[in-house]
This record gives sequence, structure tokens and C-alpha cells, in this order.
Amino acid sequence: MIYQGKQKIWADYQKEIPDNHWFYVRSCIRQNFFPASEKYFLAICRDQLGRDIYESEHHTTCAGIAYHCDTIPQETAMTVVARQFALMTEAGYENLVTSCITSFGNYTEILETWRQFPELEEKVREHLWKACRREFKKPKYVAHASDLMYKLRGEIAERAHFQLVHRATGEPLRIVEHIGCHYSKMFPHKGVGGAEYPCVLSGMAESWGGRVIDYPERRHCCGFGFRQYFVKANRGYSLSNTHKKFESMEPYRPDAIITNCPGCPYFLDRWQYVISEMEGKTYGQNGYGIPVLTYEELAGLVLGVDPWNLGLQVHQVAVEPLLDKIGIPYDPARKYLGMDEKKIMTPGLPTSLKCF
Amino acid sequence: MVNRNPVIAVIGAGIAGLEAARQLADLGYSPVLIEKEPAVGGHVAQWNRLFPDMTPAAEVIDALKKQTAKIRTLLGTEIASINRLKDGFSLVLTDGTSLLCQAVLFATGFQLFNAAKKEEYGYGIYDRVITNRDLEAWFNTRKDMRIKQPEAVGFVHCVGSRDLKAGNTQCSKVCCITAIKQAIEIKEEFPDAEVYCFYMDLRLFGKKYEDFYIKAQRDYGIHFIRGRVSEVGEAIDGRVVVKAEDTLNGKPVKVTLDLLVLMAGIVCNPDAQHYARQVGVSVDDDGFLKSRDNIAAITESSRPGVFFAGACTGAKTIPETLAEARSAALNIHHYFNKRK
Repeated sequence: MIYQGKQKIWADYQKEIPDNHWFYVRSCIRQNFFPASEKYFLAICRDQLGRDIYESEHHTTCAGIAYHCDTIPQETAMTVVARQFALMTEAGYENLVTSCITSFGNYTEILETWRQFPELEEKVREHLWKACRREFKKPKYVAHASDLMYKLRGEIAERAHFQLVHRATGEPLRIVEHIGCHYSKMFPHKGVGGAEYPCVLSGMAESWGGRVIDYPERRHCCGFGFRQYFVKANRGYSLSNTHKKFESMEPYRPDAIITNCPGCPYFLDRWQYVISEMEGKTYGQNGYGIPVLTYEELAGLVLGVDPWNLGLQVHQVAVEPLLDKIGIPYDPARKYLGMDEKKIMTPGLPTSLKCF
Repeated sequence: MVNRNPVIAVIGAGIAGLEAARQLADLGYSPVLIEKEPAVGGHVAQWNRLFPDMTPAAEVIDALKKQTAKIRTLLGTEIASINRLKDGFSLVLTDGTSLLCQAVLFATGFQLFNAAKKEEYGYGIYDRVITNRDLEAWFNTRKDMRIKQPEAVGFVHCVGSRDLKAGNTQCSKVCCITAIKQAIEIKEEFPDAEVYCFYMDLRLFGKKYEDFYIKAQRDYGIHFIRGRVSEVGEAIDGRVVVKAEDTLNGKPVKVTLDLLVLMAGIVCNPDAQHYARQVGVSVDDDGFLKSRDNIAAITESSRPGVFFAGACTGAKTIPETLAEARSAALNIHHYFNKRK
């Protein structure tokens, strides 16, 4: 590996990320999978780092999933997106930041389609007016939330309580980074670092003390692929994708996986359980799995947020081995306490995958 | 032979420039070779053996050097500017001197495509990914720690040529046969190695090329896989993992290789474009210099007194380049005869 070669490519794919004043749109599914990720994105950017990030309770899905599943035509998705732009315009913002990778890809694709086919934009403006009497300005800038956190990584590092370093050995933790397909595979210049060697997540991991692993199936899809997963009969494809990635990364003995897509961390996390049940195989050390985190969760841990407040107890793969490596304190007794210290359900234990 | 005196600036002392200068000198003119590198020979001087007869490249270069030894040659010299005069040209050189000449022959050759631009192949990122030029350097010097008893070697054809996304739609013409030549040479060096060629289609138009291809399969057992390489990654032991499509079998393939050789294509030399603009010569859509006529006048430009030879107008084989250099010299000769 020639690290300087990667740095050269990264330099070619740096993009402008405005420092402040963003209109934030959430994901349809992330709050179910990772209940505190979006909350802590806002808490870190707004409360700790003082950025102005606005969100509207009136925004909806971007319709990206329906578009990619071929259940709605692109014009419909465009009109939904136009409404989000109208909300942004009404709130007085010009920069749009999305929580979801598919949304980011959807917004980017729609803006590019309008650039190439202005008559479509006109048609959508008409649809939006007829449907809800709204008008919009196109955003000056569309970023994914991981872009913004990448930009702020240095400020997070300055405030870090913990580093991604193995407490016992002093060695950097071995981090696998996994980029959502819709982040830069469609428009390489829209992603920090491009499509082949993106550095949006590796930049965060390295800034916070970790060392990133480049393994042969790094670019391979996590297995979420809408048509693979949403059609029940195709779920074997989904699982085999994930299996392929884990087999490929296993020799590098990763300490954690960091992701920036709604689907990737979910599938990389949950399929470890399924693989363990099917094959009795686990990929972490001592029978555990490899913890899979969103970049917000990782940033939260680095900044000293209580792991259970970050929602790490809803992950399938136990995160405690990772917390122990870094030296992050946690109270096992609080793991399954919900709001107002009420006990939420304790999950059953898998057959093979070791969990706490 | 009568010395007819006109001075002809030959820009570039690769094989096209050397051969044209030799012919011009034989015809009684005073060619001046201007070469930016410290030695003559161009790309061919860096090559080891040449297809299809495995002729040592040094033989070709040594013969040309011998035949042009008495010709004025300015090495390590670039052209700062070219100005058109009433009866010729004035060249200001980077050594501070100027040269007055009555004709200019572009023998500026080509550049190899920068393989790092095809990011998915990992050149400049993964140690074991090299180019056709790197491999020729190894054949010459045997100095490259990355090439040590490889068990599996791959060649990727058409890297940066016939590639719209790379901005080069033209065929580089010599890469198919060069890949076959280099694959055979690897098999000769390392008979136990498995060798794979990933190709779009094979363009084996030249004399003995097809025989060479058959020999590669029949006598050396080289595997030819019709399909594009989609991505290259690095295994934990430093070998490269190559994913490709086998379009004949209709299946994806994945192989782990000790060495991957990228057949970097031929692209225009930006120096040539720079000089061409100064003398008012057009550049074609493909970036190469534009001939007055692509069929009947390939060595002539649209401007009087400006001529072309070799790969400055497009990818060419060595025999084609040499033949074109002779043709250019003859054209220059006719040009001066007509002016008498």
C-alpha cells in the first residue's frame, strides 16, 4: 500500500463544505435502527460545536427507497424532494444536509437531472404548486451529514475524551470503513475522496486515533441493496454479500466498523448474528462479533457520551469489547434501562455469537 | 550528394526523428535534432525487446544512432518558442540560443497514459500494480523488488485507450501485441506462473501478430479473458485481488495475482500541442496533431513548411513510424524542390 497515492487521490476529490447554517433532513429508517445517531449529530454539531442546524417537523421521506424499488416514477420522487426544498427555502436556508445516504444520492441525482433537463424541473415546479401551493429555491449546497462531521473532525478531536487507541497496547484500533453506495459511486466528485478510495470516514477514524484497514472487498456492497433485501426471496443475495465482506476483512482482525449509510450498519451488524446461527462462525475476537457503528455513534464515544445514551444496546453485536479496548466506562446494569430508568426488554442470547 | 543547405528543425529524437533526420541528411539537407531528454531514442530506447520477432530494441536504436552520429543533435534542449518568419521559422531554445530553419518536422511522439487516472486499478496505490513501461524497465535492469518469482500475473489491456471516460477514445494500436509479447516474456522467465490477459477485443492486425497470439495460447498456456477489470484491491499479503467479467463464460471472475501489469495506452504529447499552436497547426479531436489529409497527406500539416512523422499524429507501430519518417523526409524534399 502506498499511502501517499491515496492522499493524492483524496486531494483531487476534496469538496467545498460550508461551515455553518444547514437545513437538516432525517432518514426514514435510521431512528429505528440507531435511535440516537441523529439526535447526537445535532447535539454534537449544534450544542458542542455551535453550528446552526435547522430541522422542520414537516419534512417527509425523500422517496428514495420507493424510487430505487421502482414503486414510484422519478417525477414523483422529484416532487417530494421539491417540497423539502420548499421547506428549506421557507426556513431561510440554502444548504441542505441529509442524514441518509440514499437521500443524499437522490437529491444529488435529481439536481443533476434538472441541470441536464431543465424542462423537467419546470414540470416539477408546476406539480408542486398544484399539489400544495409551494415554491422553492434549489439548495446552493447539498451535503451528507458525514461530510459535515468530516469537516468538523478536527474540532471533535480537540474535545475528545477518548482516542481510538487500544488502551492496553497503545496501538491504534483497526477500523474498517464502509461507505454507502449512494454516497459517491454515482457521483464520485460529490463524495470526499471520490468513489474508489473515499476518505470521509477514514478521515474521521484517523483524526480520532484509529488506523483504517484496506481489505480486498472494501468496495463491495454491504448487502442492503434494496432489490436484494426487500424481496424476501432475494435475501440470500443480501446475506452472501455481507458474508463475502466479512470473510475478506477477517484476516485483518478489525476492532470496529464505521459506516455512513442507514442500511450498511444494520446489515453488517444483524447478519453477523445470522451467519453465526447458520455457520457457527463469528468474526470478532473470542467469539464476539465486530462492532458496527455509525459515524455519529463513534463521534459520541470519542466525545465521552454514555454508550447507552448513544443507543449502542440495540446493536446485535456486543459493543462492550470495543469499549473495554478504548477504556470507555459503562454500567452493565444500565444497559437495558430506557427512559426514566424503566427497564426495557432484555433480548435473548444467540446460540453462537457471544453477547453480554 | 549535393548540400542543398536548407535547415530543417526536427523536434524529437525518438525513432521518427532519427530516421527522418537520417533520410534528410542523405538527401543533402541539414537537419537539426532537438531532444528534450538527455539521450536520443525516445520510448523505444526504454523498451527491451520488440514484437513479433523479439528483436532487441537496442539494436534498432544503436543502428539509428550510428546512422545519425554526424547530424547536429541538441540534447536536453527544449523549445521556448517558435515563430513563423517569411521564409521559415525561428526557434528560441531553452539553452538561450536560437535556430533559424526553413522547415519544421514534428517528431514529438506520444505519452503513455497516466495509469493512476484509472483509479479502480490502483496504480500508485497498490505496490504490485505496475505498467507496461515498468515491466520493460525490469526486463532491462532486473531491478524491481516487486517482481520475484510470481506465481500469477495479469495484464489489463486498453488502460486509458478506447475509453470515453478517460477522455481517450482512440485505440492505442500496439498494446494488444505488447501485452502478448510481455506475457510470453513473463512465461519464459517464470514458466510455472499462471498468466492472464484481460482484454476487450484483440486487435492483431500486423504481420505475424495473429501467429504470436496463437503461440501465446498454444505454446505458453496464457489465459485470455474477454472482459473488463472492474476493480483491484490488495490482499493482506500484498498480492492484488482482481475482479473482472468473463464475457465469454458470462460470469464474474476473481483472481489473486502477484503482479498486475496495466497496458497504459498512447496519448498525445502535450508538448506537441503547445508547439503546434505556436506555428498555427491544428490539433485533431483526439488530441493528436491534425494532418492535412488523413489518407493522402498524413505527414503534411495544413501549414507550409510544417511536417509530421510518427506518433505525433496518432498511435503507430515501429515499422509504421519508420516508414512515415522516410515519407516525411521525401515530402520535405519535394517541398523544397517545388520552391526552387
